[in-house]
Amino acid sequence: MTEGRQCATRRAVLAGLAGTGAALALPVLAGARTGAHVAVIGGGFGGATAARYLRRGAPDLRVTLIEPAERFYTCPFSNLYLGGLRDWDSIGHGYDGLRAAGVEVIHARAEAVDTAARRLRLAGGAELAWDRLVIAPGIDLRWNALEGYDAAAAEIAPHAWKAGPQTQLLRRQMEAMEDGGTFVMVIPGGAYRCPPGPYERAGMVAHYLKTRKPRSKILLLDAKDRFSKQPLFMQGWQALYGDMIEWVGLDDDGQVVRVDAARRAVETAFGTIHRADVLNVIPPQMAGGIAADAGLTDASGWVPVDPATFAARQAEGVHVVGDAALASPMPKSGFCANAQGKVAAAAILADLAGQAPPEASFANTCYSMIAPDYAISVAGVYRVEGGAVAEVAGGTSPLEADAGFRAAEARHAAGWYAAISADIWGA
Amino acid sequence: MTFRSLSCLAALALPAAAAQALTPADVAVLAGPCAACHGPDGHSPGAIPAIAGRAEEHLATRMFAFRDGQDPAATVMPRLMKGYDEAQIRALAKWFAEGRQ
Repeated sequence: MTEGRQCATRRAVLAGLAGTGAALALPVLAGARTGAHVAVIGGGFGGATAARYLRRGAPDLRVTLIEPAERFYTCPFSNLYLGGLRDWDSIGHGYDGLRAAGVEVIHARAEAVDTAARRLRLAGGAELAWDRLVIAPGIDLRWNALEGYDAAAAEIAPHAWKAGPQTQLLRRQMEAMEDGGTFVMVIPGGAYRCPPGPYERAGMVAHYLKTRKPRSKILLLDAKDRFSKQPLFMQGWQALYGDMIEWVGLDDDGQVVRVDAARRAVETAFGTIHRADVLNVIPPQMAGGIAADAGLTDASGWVPVDPATFAARQAEGVHVVGDAALASPMPKSGFCANAQGKVAAAAILADLAGQAPPEASFANTCYSMIAPDYAISVAGVYRVEGGAVAEVAGGTSPLEADAGFRAAEARHAAGWYAAISADIWGA
Repeated sequence: MTFRSLSCLAALALPAAAAQALTPADVAVLAGPCAACHGPDGHSPGAIPAIAGRAEEHLATRMFAFRDGQDPAATVMPRLMKGYDEAQIRALAKWFAEGRQ
């Protein structure tokens, strides 16, 4: 072993993962890395990113991505589909790009994870052994946490909070609604996927209604008193849609406690009944079910992680990224899931090479469209300080910006979507 | 084992935060989120400017200008760049100027 090879950079060392013959500075590692297999459950923003970046860092590493869907439809930009700015196909992504990057993709549902034996079972019974596991299960909806709202109710009053048939159902209901109808959205408190998402949706639905059914109304019933980018949203709604959108917060009896899907009616904490022509219920949420089945969640329903690596606190060799992880103050956004996927991949590669993980660094930029040429954003940079995530920089679009600024952010939103899609799925 | 190889091992074993110099793996992680808007390795497929292969000094100058509020047309970049110190900005400029290794 030469001195020069010992002093190889981490990148060069990582490139030698899985036994391409690069020198290993620490003999104890020899063999540990050879033939390692990393399994990734979930092919969305977090999981597909982790899979791709594991292969980037270690082109000989065996990486298996397990994702039931052959085409993944993104929650980001699904509001633009509702508003008529995007067609359905444009927010779907296949897995050929990941296969081309050397990721083995299995279209099946992972049904069980044994973190002690380091095995997982697929629907149909096939089992896979893994050395490191990434779980990126996204969210599950807490059925009946809101009285009356279960899977059957969602077929009448869609949540559309997982992009797919629910999103298309909501769009069809908007198309079927008479001019002068009321679109009611129920918005949760607590931690949920995409904090500004409900409010972007309000603007996109308003855009659709203004251009097709201008006498209609949108009523937002919110379990919170404040929300992400609130002054910017309210300014944009007023400027673009007048009084079409009405937001009712917690203090004004906005919290819905009961859903009667058959009647398209909801009841608030103080007993007010609101009737809807289209009823969109965004219910309380938790980490995707397999995370709880694997014993990784805490009482909150989400997964505690070490933010330096996104290793799950409650199992060895398992990393959990994306919406399922407890990573506040990072929001549950696709951008953050992508950033976390990269940090987890780098940590796994370092770990397999017997090294300390590189220093974690994350960023987020969430654009919210209010009209085709009007968007607002929130951005942040995150590091790990004292074992917790800390926001070290960031902020929202200025409230006093002109139309040119809003239009530029709308163009950047489209640019972001193209870029992150290419970064994850290859197209 | 020579002194030099020992120091290399020590550097690898230290937490990155404790080291003054950013390792290539640190810079790769630091550069990770840039791709979400500027495209894979800075090759933008859309409306946001590509940064791959641009001159190192140009990239550094632009990032410092964003950070110091000297670009009135900028949108998110001033908010983001305040989270990066000079060494990090110079490392990112070098990373994207050189392209993927």
